Amino acid sequence: MANTGTLGDKVFRTFLIITAAIIPIVVVGMILMMILNSLPTLNGFGFGFLTGSEWKPAERIFGALPFIYGTVVSSLIGLVIAVPISLGIAIFLVEQASKKVATPIAFMVELLAAIPSVVYGLWGIFVLAPFVRDYLGAFLAEYLGFLPFFQGRLTGIGMLTGGLILALMITPIVTAVVRDVLEAVPDTQREAALALGATKWETTRIVLGNAASGIVGAIVLGLGRALGETMAVTMVIGNSPQISASFFEPAYTIASVLAANFAEATDKLYLSALIEMGLVLFLVTFVVNAIAKLLVMRVGRTNSK
Amino acid sequence: MVSKTYITTFLLLTAIFMAACSGQPTGGGNSSSGGGGGTITLQGSGASFPKPIYEKWASEYGKATPNVRVDYQSTGSGAGQNAIISRTADFGASDDPMKDEDLKKADSELMHIPTVLGAVVLTYNLPEVKAPLKLSSETISGIYLGTIKKWNDAALKKDNPELNLPDADILPVYRNDSSGTTAVFTDFLSKTNADWKAKVGANKQPSWITGVGTGAPRNDGVMGQVKQTPNSIGYVELTFAKANNLPTALIKNKSGAFVEASLESVSAAAAGSVAATPEDLRVQITDADGATAYPIASYTYILVYKDQRDAAKGKALADFLWWAIHDGEKFNKDLHYAPLPAEIVKKVEAKINSMTSGGKPLRATN
Repeated sequence: MANTGTLGDKVFRTFLIITAAIIPIVVVGMILMMILNSLPTLNGFGFGFLTGSEWKPAERIFGALPFIYGTVVSSLIGLVIAVPISLGIAIFLVEQASKKVATPIAFMVELLAAIPSVVYGLWGIFVLAPFVRDYLGAFLAEYLGFLPFFQGRLTGIGMLTGGLILALMITPIVTAVVRDVLEAVPDTQREAALALGATKWETTRIVLGNAASGIVGAIVLGLGRALGETMAVTMVIGNSPQISASFFEPAYTIASVLAANFAEATDKLYLSALIEMGLVLFLVTFVVNAIAKLLVMRVGRTNSK
Repeated sequence: MVSKTYITTFLLLTAIFMAACSGQPTGGGNSSSGGGGGTITLQGSGASFPKPIYEKWASEYGKATPNVRVDYQSTGSGAGQNAIISRTADFGASDDPMKDEDLKKADSELMHIPTVLGAVVLTYNLPEVKAPLKLSSETISGIYLGTIKKWNDAALKKDNPELNLPDADILPVYRNDSSGTTAVFTDFLSKTNADWKAKVGANKQPSWITGVGTGAPRNDGVMGQVKQTPNSIGYVELTFAKANNLPTALIKNKSGAFVEASLESVSAAAAGSVAATPEDLRVQITDADGATAYPIASYTYILVYKDQRDAAKGKALADFLWWAIHDGEKFNKDLHYAPLPAEIVKKVEAKINSMTSGGKPLRATN
């Protein structure tokens, strides 16, 4: 190989620094812009913006709580359903399935990730919502109807359907990442466990333990997608800014309200309220991110003991 | 390693999402293409309701006048008003007329040019009901206010004695995005129902009663929910309902007749309100006079500056508008837009002829 000399190294290094600098510049710039543009509501409503539960643009009343609630709860429903399924798929693909079976299933999981979210949304209205109304919701109301979550009028459009569609959308991502993480666990560990007489189940537990931090990372990645998902959710969640214990009732998410109203927001205060919502979404994802980091650190510590 | 990749990906995704959300809606107006012998591009932006007809006009006018290109982006009525105020587009478009306070934001006089008529229809999902449902301002208000909860409510039965309405909960669906369709719908209800006016009012995005009904984005979102949910009801634009063959309700008008939404009944509403149309043509034609008038109708407007900064462009714009309200109207029927009444065409002609550039009239020269 020809000697490129120190100049080559310098150019290379500068290039790397520039590419790495783009991210902090964009993030900081964006936060600054959002804060600047949301000053009217930041000053006008203060902390009440976050705790207010009334959203009436026509009367210039802006409270973000129903949207924060809708975003967080729908994402959590999605996560609760998607995580066990994703773990199951990933463990099966890596630990149990033969290559002949694993490859096509893995391919299909990745295919699921490539479907545009508006297609998920339409499918949600035409297939999932009637299914929830006629079968799943009816079933839940009958057997778990004593819980406040499964009471009230069942229309198929609401928090439950929103959470289900999110579950479906984040499953491929969580599965793919968990699969990569499990594959990264050295085979020597499995061999050692098996050699000591461990069953398949016990071996898998050891592998999962070593991959725990990566799995938490995968889950948070899924949650990040769920929090910001817009089109698919907005088609099925009902878009009504209310806080209701029932998962059958309509709800509203931050991303949905932004997408639906940004183009038409002519009023300065309204625009400011929407931008502050974006800031809130940023904050929510940041908090989630931080919690995940802490979790990963704790899991890592218990493992190294 | 994984968590690092994740963080980068995550930040990037967030960045893209935020950037997409926080960008000011742009009219995309580049006003560089001015005079000279080249092609003149007229950039328009605004309401989504007239998009099909404006695009048809743009393509037909382009064939007839090869040196003028008309580009129309449907960004929403509010964005259209903003675009013309900030001059990022050569013409704006809006379903509802601009308010006085918004007109003051413009640095020069803005004119409203009505182009076509539209209407809002109520579509419903009642599998057993075959004949068209009849609705009045009172029953529609009741349904959306939550005071009429069941399909076999006495008020609905009174208007529909021949129908076998089910003993089922009504699920009203509304637009959750700000829209001209909602503005027309709520304007009709506010005009005709005091209870509605007090509780909800007329707005592009009013405060719906909490706990009543669900919101859906755009016409197709409302259609999707109504189609998929038995016993639901929603409102969409007439053109959209026709294109999708949706069942539509007959609405009781001012004279007490139940009228089907059609090009004729919408034109009748416009004709019935000609006398009440002010000089600047800003008018709501809901609840119009006339036995055959459909009560939830409206004009849609193109917004232009009376005095154009660029003479060549201004002339092209004035000529395009002139063509649109004359030759352009023949494309209306296929796309289910009702044409302007003759009296209004006369008034619009005068408006277009009053357009100037630097004080000189733009159209009188030919």
